Amino acid sequence: MYQYDQYDQMMVDQRVAQFRDQTRRYLAGELTEDQFRPLRLANGLYIQLHAPMLRIAVPYGMMSTKQVRKIADVARRYDKGFVHFTTRTNFQLNWPKLEDCPEILAELATVQMHAIQTSGNDIRNTTTDQLAGVNNEEVEDPRPWAEIIRQWSTFHPEFAYLPRKFKIAIIGSKTDRAATKLHDIGLHLVKNHDGEIGFEVLVGGGLGRTPVIGEQIRAFLEKEDLLSYLEAILRVYNRLGRRDNKYKARIKITVREHGINHIRELVEAEWVHIRQQLRLDEKEIDRVKAFFTGPDYDTQAAADTSFAEKLTADEAFARWVKQNTVEHKIAGYHSVYVSLKKPGLAPGDITSEQLEAVADLADEYSLGEVRSTHTQNLLLADVKQADLYDLWQKLNAQELATPNINTLTDIICCPGLDYCGLANATSIPLSKQIAERFDDLDYLYDLGDIKIKFSGCMNGCAHQSVGHIGILGVDKKGEEWYQFTLGGSAEADASLGERLGKAIPKEEVVDTVAHLLDAYVELRHQDESFLATVRRLGVDPFKERVYADN
Amino acid sequence: MQIIKDREIVEDNWLHLDDEAALVAGNITVSLARWQEQHETLEKHEGGLGLRLTGDDPLEEAVPDLARFSLIVLIFPQFTDGRCYSFARLLRDRYHFKGEIRAQGDVLQDQLFYMAQCGINSFELANPNRLTNALSAFDDYTESYQSTVLRPEPLYRRR
Repeated sequence: MYQYDQYDQMMVDQRVAQFRDQTRRYLAGELTEDQFRPLRLANGLYIQLHAPMLRIAVPYGMMSTKQVRKIADVARRYDKGFVHFTTRTNFQLNWPKLEDCPEILAELATVQMHAIQTSGNDIRNTTTDQLAGVNNEEVEDPRPWAEIIRQWSTFHPEFAYLPRKFKIAIIGSKTDRAATKLHDIGLHLVKNHDGEIGFEVLVGGGLGRTPVIGEQIRAFLEKEDLLSYLEAILRVYNRLGRRDNKYKARIKITVREHGINHIRELVEAEWVHIRQQLRLDEKEIDRVKAFFTGPDYDTQAAADTSFAEKLTADEAFARWVKQNTVEHKIAGYHSVYVSLKKPGLAPGDITSEQLEAVADLADEYSLGEVRSTHTQNLLLADVKQADLYDLWQKLNAQELATPNINTLTDIICCPGLDYCGLANATSIPLSKQIAERFDDLDYLYDLGDIKIKFSGCMNGCAHQSVGHIGILGVDKKGEEWYQFTLGGSAEADASLGERLGKAIPKEEVVDTVAHLLDAYVELRHQDESFLATVRRLGVDPFKERVYADN
Repeated sequence: MQIIKDREIVEDNWLHLDDEAALVAGNITVSLARWQEQHETLEKHEGGLGLRLTGDDPLEEAVPDLARFSLIVLIFPQFTDGRCYSFARLLRDRYHFKGEIRAQGDVLQDQLFYMAQCGINSFELANPNRLTNALSAFDDYTESYQSTVLRPEPLYRRR
């Protein structure tokens, strides 16, 4: 993975010094609350319901084991000994003290980590596919490009005070594991007719109050032009995006109000002027790519026979392999999901002890790297099949081997009313109840791929509008109610879910999920997925089932 | 009043005329609307002439006349309104404006580094008592990854 040179390290260190001084001035009364707010947000620091919340960047989801151990250490010493991973592959400390935050950031800087632009109206952490570089169907590894974007977007002087937050995601394969169509800019590495690799560029996707699927602004962009094209889009948005209403300030609204064709004309007109000046050269592209060349894989890894024996001998192991691992581009290797979705625990949470165990396992079995995923799990990307049995047992001992990846209980969930100042309703306790109610693995596997996304308010941090089943907490006269949507998807076939009907009271949420699942099992054709069934039949048959009693 | 100009604290010698205020001798700035309405009179003004722009103004309409101005004032109604960062870059990079570009309005220490990188070289701080402290902000960072007005070659060409 990428390693800082003296420039990268200096900028992160200077950021810590700057924020330390800003925090000091705020505490001394030299900065007002309003003046300090955007500064702390640009360092990932929210003031939440119970305490500050510090969101720390995991650029494109890559962590070294040294970084993972530091995260564990910081969470233990400055917080309550656990962290929460988010849908944009970052993690959050939920209870740090404001005055400790500069010191936390200083500690993280020693392992090349930071909280730069993890909140605020700026360019956020660029995310990618957790299987980048290890899957078979990739046109090219997107991570070097994500790093190039990270550097371009870090402290960009022109774009620190955008109309609203701005999120970029990039993938290199057809399968979209990074929800790129729901980002302000989605980048797809593609091959054109001449066999050249470049980017398809989408713009204007987003979730929140007004979910929109991104539209193509350019079918093919030469790789060398990536930064100039991004800069052109950002400049057009910075000038044109609405500043009178924060709910209409995202680029998705700019695109809707002006039309994609007009936006494209403006961007291309801007781009002409800056294209040469910002062109990337081979030297820089190669410099960054050199950090992401594959390790020396064991060419004999597939020759191992113990794996096949264990699969036959141990049903629980076989179940875990089937559900929680995926095949690697190198024969004899697997990528292993570390499930942070054990029923009864908050989705995406992991303790310091577990983090340290994962770091040890990554050092032992997966080349010393850990990845965080859009679905709030972790991934060990490069595990030999001969090591899977040992790894499984050790993950099991840490309660990190629940074989539920991509099942109903692999729920994406926001912190909700229990932690978040914005939320209208609780989300984590209900998602725990759902996971506990449907804990029969055979039933889960029979249901197949069903994505529940659960947000505690319409800001939609858990992306409920693109859940196969989306659940949105709303406040009705001081009571918590829940709005269901069906048929959303965040993947290559992205779609927005359709409303099931009127909101449902809190105590009926779990039963409603049960009704939906019963209806699905009855209505599906053989092997038809939940999403396909909803798309074929629409929401009406599900609606009848859920509201029949009322 | 004192301002920061080219990283030094100096006395300001410009008067910002309201649209209704009578013309006076000396260095004056006017809004784009007043310039467009009264440019024939203003052309004859003795003394420096400056133009004030807000993020709402159509920057491109001012471009043909830029040579007439020795100062462009960019107004930040709130420090979180970032439109004028793009204005500053365009004025420098695209329209090659060589005169003074000044930030006015909600101008605070913590934005000075970014403003300077975008080509703004003078600053009327919202709180004029903090000029000395604010001077240090230009050194918050000693490098930038990007191509900026102060460092046109991006870091990726200098590594």
